[in-house]
Amino acid sequence: MSQAVLEAKDLARHYSVRRGLFKPDATVRALNGVSFELYSGKTLAIVGESGCGKSTLARLVTMIEDPSAGTLLIDGKPASVDDMSLRSQVQIVFQNPYGSLNPRQKVGSILEEPLKINTSDDAATRRRKAEEMMAKVGLRPEHYDRYPHMFSGGQRQRIAIARALMLRPKVLVLDEPVSALDLSIQAQVLNLLMDLQKEMGLAYLFISHGLSVVRHIADEVMVMYLGKPVETGTAEEVFSNPKHPYTAALLSATPIADPSRAKNRIRLQGELPSPLKPPPGCPFNPRCWKATDICRQEMPPLAGGETHKFACHHPLD
Amino acid sequence: MSTVTASPKKTGHPSALAEFWHYFSRNKGAVIGLAIFIVILVVAILAPLFAPHSPSEQNREALLLVPSWMEGGNSSYLLGTDAVGRDILSRLIYGARFSLFIGLVVVTLSVISGVLVGLVAGYFGGRTDIVIMRIMDIILAFPSLLLALVLVAVLGPGLLNAMIAISLVNQPHFVRLTRASVLAEREKEYVVASKVAGAGTMRIMFLTILPNCLGPLIVQATLAFSAAILDAAALGFLGMGAQPPTPEWGTMLAEAREFIQRAPWVVTFPGLAILITVLAINLMGDGLRDALDPKLKRS
Repeated sequence: MSQAVLEAKDLARHYSVRRGLFKPDATVRALNGVSFELYSGKTLAIVGESGCGKSTLARLVTMIEDPSAGTLLIDGKPASVDDMSLRSQVQIVFQNPYGSLNPRQKVGSILEEPLKINTSDDAATRRRKAEEMMAKVGLRPEHYDRYPHMFSGGQRQRIAIARALMLRPKVLVLDEPVSALDLSIQAQVLNLLMDLQKEMGLAYLFISHGLSVVRHIADEVMVMYLGKPVETGTAEEVFSNPKHPYTAALLSATPIADPSRAKNRIRLQGELPSPLKPPPGCPFNPRCWKATDICRQEMPPLAGGETHKFACHHPLD
Repeated sequence: MSTVTASPKKTGHPSALAEFWHYFSRNKGAVIGLAIFIVILVVAILAPLFAPHSPSEQNREALLLVPSWMEGGNSSYLLGTDAVGRDILSRLIYGARFSLFIGLVVVTLSVISGVLVGLVAGYFGGRTDIVIMRIMDIILAFPSLLLALVLVAVLGPGLLNAMIAISLVNQPHFVRLTRASVLAEREKEYVVASKVAGAGTMRIMFLTILPNCLGPLIVQATLAFSAAILDAAALGFLGMGAQPPTPEWGTMLAEAREFIQRAPWVVTFPGLAILITVLAINLMGDGLRDALDPKLKRS
């Protein structure tokens, strides 16, 4: 495989939280040692429940925040918040298309803003590029002069995608781009994303909690739990042969449109533990049905083959 | 303010202006307020055309003349004359200029400074925010007129100093309002998207966040406009604002105080002028709030 366009090594992000006047500040380890590589034309999906660090990861990769530890290489160059030269290489599409577009800007100026900031194009060139991009994402030219509130959710998400692509980035972070949309619109937007990926050779970091969507779009999958990856591998391997009990539980929670199929859903007990006080050993041990003493004492390392790695003392068969 | 009456040029989907007028015109009081305000504005601008006399011309033959419709009145002095024989109507008409000017200057000063300070406090947060907001709390802790009075006493009486003092007293309201809106907008995803696109701090503050905070500020500005007129009149009445012979309404009241028993019209008309102007602007502000606050809209 060619060189990775984005490489993350042991990324971590810790936040310190005030707990009141008389208690010392606590540290939330929102993200705790995540490594991955993104290749152009490929999609890495990050899967996990709320609070597992998915969105923190998105903030680090888009250089909104600096990591507390670890390095982020874009095109082989180290990235940081203050480095403006790499900024245009990574762009983001957010979950909520109603909050991610400035309500006071027309579509045209939303799309042209990145160009205005980063390039020396004149107004006519900017307009031409914006209109080209609108055509590419399936918006009509007359939409140029409209405000975001005149569009539906799916169309807004198309605008958001167009804005993210204006600078011709190499990496696109998709932070649950379809979970706020109707099912029928979801498919349209996903197909659009896949077409754009093929056409522009984009690397996607696809963050989601919906596994059915991930199965559709991902080449590789990383399952996260409490700020740590518990299982990574090619989508095929992870979906057909989950090794970590948490992955298996997630997969069994995906609804299947077949009433005759036997339902053997794995029901997890308890809640995601507080990231302020993660349990010792494997973070999943309080909810795991296979947990033994070693799980409560020792964190299993992420190990396995080249195409499939997992962090578990008692992997499933 | 007068732009709201212009009809939208484009057809097709309703423009923001048409939508605004739709909600604004539902409030009858607001429309009446707007109409009165426009009349006052026109009268003030074209004061030499409307005023029958010069505001400082004294007629020794007609001291404390009663209004024209009362017994002994003179039709050339419609609202009577004051103690030195000046036409009250003319003085009121010229006084409208001062009142609107005061309102405009005070609102401009306090909006610009308040929005700047509030934007900085809200956007940067942390210690900057704490320091700025505590200073604003201190200003707000004083009774506003008293603080304005003290400031004028320090700066020296006069219309300009009165306006500066009133702006300073008004400013914390704008700081608070701006800061609150900025705090809400700052975390929105479109701001993050702008940041990811490479926008600098200035661009995000003024071009991305500020336009989304303007609604409540416009409403507050109209209400501050009337409050400024009232405060200026109060300072004038106390002898700390505009100095005689300026035909400022508050100063006119102060000059006529001693004749309140003998010639009540000398006091009544400046008082009425203040009342009507402030009421009209407040009604208009109410309508503006209805039209600009999405929470009050019924679509």
